[in-house]
Amino acid sequence: MTDYLMIESRDPFDSGDVANFLVLAEGLSKAGNRVTLFLVQNGVLPARHGVRSAQLAALAGNGVEVLADSFSLQERGISANRLLPGVKAAPLETVVDRLAGGCKALWH
Amino acid sequence: MKDKKTLTFMLMDAPFENARTTTAMRLIDIAARRGYDINVFAYEGAVYLPFAAQKQHANAVHGHDVVQEDHPLPREWVEAVVQEAAKNGGRVDWVNCGLCVDERGAVDTVAGVRRGSPADFWKMATSSDNTLVIATK
Repeated sequence: MTDYLMIESRDPFDSGDVANFLVLAEGLSKAGNRVTLFLVQNGVLPARHGVRSAQLAALAGNGVEVLADSFSLQERGISANRLLPGVKAAPLETVVDRLAGGCKALWH
Repeated sequence: MKDKKTLTFMLMDAPFENARTTTAMRLIDIAARRGYDINVFAYEGAVYLPFAAQKQHANAVHGHDVVQEDHPLPREWVEAVVQEAAKNGGRVDWVNCGLCVDERGAVDTVAGVRRGSPADFWKMATSSDNTLVIATK
């Protein structure tokens, strides 16, 4: 089993690639890897309930750890109690922790 | 330091254009505060991040003078993370891609920045605990 850190910085309304990135996260998880999806910048926007949130909610319910940068949430006025079930606010230090721990890291 | 790590970051975005720059510098700052050894390979427009000629400006639309506007300068962020890492027992090895520098005339940099090539990125990555490439869109 390999630890993956997948960092999503894009808004799904801005980039169609976001859906593909989430499919990759799902695939890695289903293959038996431990996957963390870290949302940052506009990547946190679908962490709220919305028309583009279903794929993210499904990931969070199927073994992928989904974290949202607390600073990015705060910048956008999104409080932690508005996040999808299974999505947790986390500091950016988490990314450095995982990098230091040797996670395979992928930025999108 | 027992838990000292070496992390490498590749940056590609020019300053003043994208939130990726801010996030990248936040990550580097966190690593610097931990006293990690940090390698940064600045590629393409990112070679302007430590460009010494960056200047603050007033904002006439908002009626702010230079001091009131207090416009952030990435060259100061670069200097800050270099100093922060050193203060905590780490270091920042910031390499600007030489060809990218020549193309853009971004020769003059703040202290702590050296010129290199993509081969330096390979050396950095192979000698680090981990590498994060923050690519342009």
